[in-house]
Amino acid sequence: MTKYITKRVVYMFLSLFLIASFTFILMKLLPGSPLASAAKLSVEQREVVYEKYGLNDPIPVQYVRYMGNLVQGDFGTSFQYKNVDVSYLIVKKLKYSAILGAQAIFVGTIIGIILGMIAALKQNTIWDYGSTIVAILGISIPSFVFAALLQYVFAVHWQILPVGLWDGWTSSILPSIALAMGPIAIAARFIRTEMIEVLSSDYIMLAKAKGANWFEIAFKHAFRNALIPLVTVLGPVAAGLLTGSLVVEQIFAIPGIGEQFVKSINSNDFSVIMGTTMFFSVFLIVIILIVDILYGIIDPRIRLAGGDK
Amino acid sequence: MTNNLEKLPKDSFERITIDSTHAEKITKPSLSFWQDAWLRIRKNKAAIISMFILAFIVIMAFVGPYMVKFDPQEVNVTHANLPPKIPGLEKWGIADGQGKLGTKTLDIYEVKKIDEYYWFGTDSLGRDLFSRLWMGTRISLYIALVAAIIDVFIGVLYGGISAYYGGRTDDIMQRIVEVLIGIPTLVIVILMLLVMEPGIWAIIIAISITGWIGMSRIVRGQVLKFKNQEFVLAAKTLGASDSRIIGKHLLPNIMAIIIINMMFTIPTAIFFEAFLSFIGLGLQAPAASLGTLINDGYKFLEYQPHMLFFPAVLISLLMIAFNLIGDGLRDALDPKMKD
Repeated sequence: MTKYITKRVVYMFLSLFLIASFTFILMKLLPGSPLASAAKLSVEQREVVYEKYGLNDPIPVQYVRYMGNLVQGDFGTSFQYKNVDVSYLIVKKLKYSAILGAQAIFVGTIIGIILGMIAALKQNTIWDYGSTIVAILGISIPSFVFAALLQYVFAVHWQILPVGLWDGWTSSILPSIALAMGPIAIAARFIRTEMIEVLSSDYIMLAKAKGANWFEIAFKHAFRNALIPLVTVLGPVAAGLLTGSLVVEQIFAIPGIGEQFVKSINSNDFSVIMGTTMFFSVFLIVIILIVDILYGIIDPRIRLAGGDK
Repeated sequence: MTNNLEKLPKDSFERITIDSTHAEKITKPSLSFWQDAWLRIRKNKAAIISMFILAFIVIMAFVGPYMVKFDPQEVNVTHANLPPKIPGLEKWGIADGQGKLGTKTLDIYEVKKIDEYYWFGTDSLGRDLFSRLWMGTRISLYIALVAAIIDVFIGVLYGGISAYYGGRTDDIMQRIVEVLIGIPTLVIVILMLLVMEPGIWAIIIAISITGWIGMSRIVRGQVLKFKNQEFVLAAKTLGASDSRIIGKHLLPNIMAIIIINMMFTIPTAIFFEAFLSFIGLGLQAPAASLGTLINDGYKFLEYQPHMLFFPAVLISLLMIAFNLIGDGLRDALDPKMKD
């Protein structure tokens, strides 16, 4: 297990190193000057500014300095806002995105599990079809379409919830629901398949033969075992939430990281783009690593296989 | 009972003998893999309906823009912001050209004295949304299809080589994949689009730059499974070349899995294109794709909900159809499910 974790951590750092180098190369490849009004400056003034930001050094020197700063969590300063550190910006905006994400995962997984359980226990009934339809819709309909629909119905048409901006908890309801569709669909599909498989296994038959009641079989025996593999979908769910948050925060004007990211794309604020990109990468890579390790710890059957998936 | 039997006429019975030479005879016509799969997928109603919907959308994507006399990119400011109006349906109260003007609900076509019918209405520049919608669908489908084909091509090549040659080649190739797989698709796609000129090919390249990895891993697993089986060994013993073994023996066996995966790659690519266009990194005006249409529609959601409605429904239908067909194919092509 230790060997497996060490190997994974090494790969994780390699991936991160690659992304960081890639972003650096892109920054150098990007057309135009990082200065807003470069043409107005005299040659001497430009020299001063370039010297200040270290843009006169040879590329390898800049690269080493950039990497060194990254390791210390310094992403540079924003071009868009005067004298604002990118890392400060990220930390400030993280709160809103984290609230939305946590609510979406929590509510989404619980509803998904309930739907999946119902579908598996009442297989091939109207309940099963209903929850399958919800799952298919959740996977198929893009989150921004769903978010726009929610906004139109609840905020514009009925006006019972805020249209956007962050104004207390009520503002988080609609975006959280929009984000939760993915987790609901993934969890429901997953739990259904797992439950059906577990329900047909020998130990469930033994429990039935012993005369255990329906409730006990469903929850004490089947559900617990079906739940273990659900950990594995956390990775894709987190990735989906991140993708979703970019557009959903944009639609509801939530001042989170996703909205900031889209804003900096549209205003060419490269240091913020690079900073958030690195943040997203670290976030996703660490989550996937944790999920893989957790799964190995929870399910002893995986441990024997040496974890070489 | 036994007594009655004796009364039955003897000549209505005939003695039969079992001919042992026919014991091995196959009575049913032998089915090819695809015929067999078709027999099974036919029972899956959701997949069949999805196939019809998909076929309809694909046909419309080619025919749709020519069904009306308006050009999808032609700007006509006097005809801007018209609600949908469809001949025939207007008497029923749907798509009758009614829209809000200030606070009143009026027939906008009458107010503006327009005789033409814009079936799905027009956008803020007076472009016909019906032809734009199908043009956009065509471009979205094109992007998705090309991206999926590139994914399959690179994935099969990479995974196949890695697994077939094994040993050190496999080792090196898999180490590379393990590093690449850690890089989040979303991040790399956005970074790529920042440097490339916006356009169809930029999106295709950005989507396929990480898309092939999943396919290559699946292909590698499958090739590893098949390459040591008896029929491959037999072919090798008979002196078949590597290319023949790969083309004639391995590929047909993993074709099913490749196709199933492609059915899931296409909707992912459609989603990514729409997503990128929605956050402003996709196609630039006046080109239309489902993503740009949704983005345009979203901006006018409060006053012109029809602008969002049609592309949103269409993209959802497309995604649902692809996912259901993929599910159906997966069930139908799984040899373990054979009955």
